[in-house]
Amino acid sequence: MATSSSSKFFSHPVVKWIEYRLPIFSFVDHSLGSQYPAPKNLSYWWNFGSLAGAMLSIMILSGIFLAMNYTPHAAMAFDSVERIMRDVNYGWLMRYIHMNGGSFFFIAVYIHLLRGFYYGSYKYPREVLWWLGVIILLLMMATAFMGYVLPWGQMSFWGATVITNLFSAIPLVGDSIVTLLWGGFAVDNPTLNRFFSLHYLLPFVIVGVVVAHIWALHIHGSNNPLGIDTKGPQDKIPFHPYYTVKDAFGLAVFLLIYAGFVFFAPNFFGEPDNYIQANPLSTPPHIVPEWYFLPYYAILRSIPDKLLGVIAMFSSILILFVLPWLDTSRVRSGRFRPVFRWFFALFVLDAFALGAVGAHPPEGWWLVVGRVATFWYFFHFIIIMPLLGWFERPLPLPASISEPVLGGARPAGAAVRSMEKN
Amino acid sequence: MRKLALTLAASAALVALSLAAPVRAEDEIKLPSPGWSFKGPFGTYDRAALQRGFQVYKEVCSACHSLNYVHYRDLGPAGPDGGIGFSEEEVKAIAAGVQVTDGPNDNGDMFERPGRPYDKFKAPFANANAARASNNGALPPDLSLIVKAREGFEDYVYGILTGFADPPADMKMMDGMNYNKYFPGHQIAMPPPLTDDRVTYADGTKATVAQEAHDVVTFLSWASEPTLEMRKRIGMKSMIFLLVLSGLLYAVKRKVWRDVH
Repeated sequence: MATSSSSKFFSHPVVKWIEYRLPIFSFVDHSLGSQYPAPKNLSYWWNFGSLAGAMLSIMILSGIFLAMNYTPHAAMAFDSVERIMRDVNYGWLMRYIHMNGGSFFFIAVYIHLLRGFYYGSYKYPREVLWWLGVIILLLMMATAFMGYVLPWGQMSFWGATVITNLFSAIPLVGDSIVTLLWGGFAVDNPTLNRFFSLHYLLPFVIVGVVVAHIWALHIHGSNNPLGIDTKGPQDKIPFHPYYTVKDAFGLAVFLLIYAGFVFFAPNFFGEPDNYIQANPLSTPPHIVPEWYFLPYYAILRSIPDKLLGVIAMFSSILILFVLPWLDTSRVRSGRFRPVFRWFFALFVLDAFALGAVGAHPPEGWWLVVGRVATFWYFFHFIIIMPLLGWFERPLPLPASISEPVLGGARPAGAAVRSMEKN
Repeated sequence: MRKLALTLAASAALVALSLAAPVRAEDEIKLPSPGWSFKGPFGTYDRAALQRGFQVYKEVCSACHSLNYVHYRDLGPAGPDGGIGFSEEEVKAIAAGVQVTDGPNDNGDMFERPGRPYDKFKAPFANANAARASNNGALPPDLSLIVKAREGFEDYVYGILTGFADPPADMKMMDGMNYNKYFPGHQIAMPPPLTDDRVTYADGTKATVAQEAHDVVTFLSWASEPTLEMRKRIGMKSMIFLLVLSGLLYAVKRKVWRDVH
């Protein structure tokens, strides 16, 4: 379909030669280039999708170099990580990039997800796009959890023990599942081996789902801060150069903050206990997961029953799959939903409260806060979201994207002309 | 209205973040903070303190504590990040001061030979059981990562070394244990390792307990993170590069978007 126009479009003879045989240049151009129209009013909150993609690439690249020097054996893993830190040229750099990269990948994805929440990006017709995003989140969590086990420090070992043991709560088959995960009857060398294998595999599965995520995105295009559909070419600008340069600027700023941690506080997100080699005979006083798991850990520990706690923890993610139907409002953007906006702020507060609870032992008022916050987490999705759609009176929506941007007076600007030129 | 809601969410997030700071056991005791040359974005290890600290490790700590991840070569001018500043000749002499087991030779026998710079620091005990047998059942931890592996980091290790005291009158000490202000539970198997003039410094520095502790903790911080100086050096260049890049990209973005706004 692209070949007919591409011969006009590309002028370089080598590009033309390849394009005639494999239309890869027009494919890229239609995917992320000048032939992909995007709403003209996307804010910087829309940068975090490409930032997450950049972090995925950084994680895969740094991970490949680490794997060249890492030994997945219970007796040698910890030593091999220290060898990477001390004796491998720039090994410390690769490891700190990878360690902190996990955190920054989650930062980008969580902001991306909250942006979707606020602007209703999960609503018709983007439900499958949203599902694919939730699947990516689940895969990321599995990957991150198994990656944290690989250095074979105390937190690696005991985190793995606690989390894998959760599956024993499943009736009938629970214990068999745990044995299967461990490859034996305790967290040991077989566990480390299979986690390493899966930790290397899953990122490429994520890449596959990301491709599907972007594919689904391209069917109806990006949502936008107004949450209304684009009405015509005057509402759109080509992705390249407008959003490529905006994403590049966002990436540079994000990398600046990320590099600040890699070079000046590389162990900020880590636990000192993970610099002690795994010891099955000595349990650390507080077993805490990485920060990005703290809210789920808080939900797990807020419920007195083990099975119900595990169900609640997994439900806290799985509930996102049905969010497009729990939200009964037909207005996408929180900008036009005066009541939802406050509940959104409360939900963000609730998520952070759960994170704080997860970092503390479940005692005293932390336990109380954890239970209230867990209740509110589900109450928000199951009760507030449907009710808001029925009772909230949204503000009047603008007629089109161009109207508020251009004040309705000026005709479509130069952006449209550049589209036509192409 | 929208701004207010967002501001509220953001400030709530900040409060939650400060509350989410990891829990610390024995929170009620404030660790001493004597100040370190290697803190901060430009901080580097004080080479004289490193060499004095190595002397304290060698003459005091190494009787019980191993340093398994450090090689003798790391002490020299060409360690992972410039070493601690001994000359190559000095490093050879330090390594030759221990006998290491090597082999098997052509006859299939293990043999002893003087240490060489590529050898790892010789451990005081053959294995953990031997270490426990000689230390009243307690295992002296390896010190290669001790500073990174303890909540409180260098301040904590310094606190342990200087925090020995007589136990409070109402405290029942277990057999062979020593009271320490900063150790979780306050009962530590290690007897006070440092005393005034426990070592004699070649550079004439007065060897007080505080000085010895400060020097050896500087050395152990280096042992935990020998690439710290290289990391900060590359970090500064990276930050400047990314700052300039961000500025340039922002200018390009403004120029490209001029027509849209």
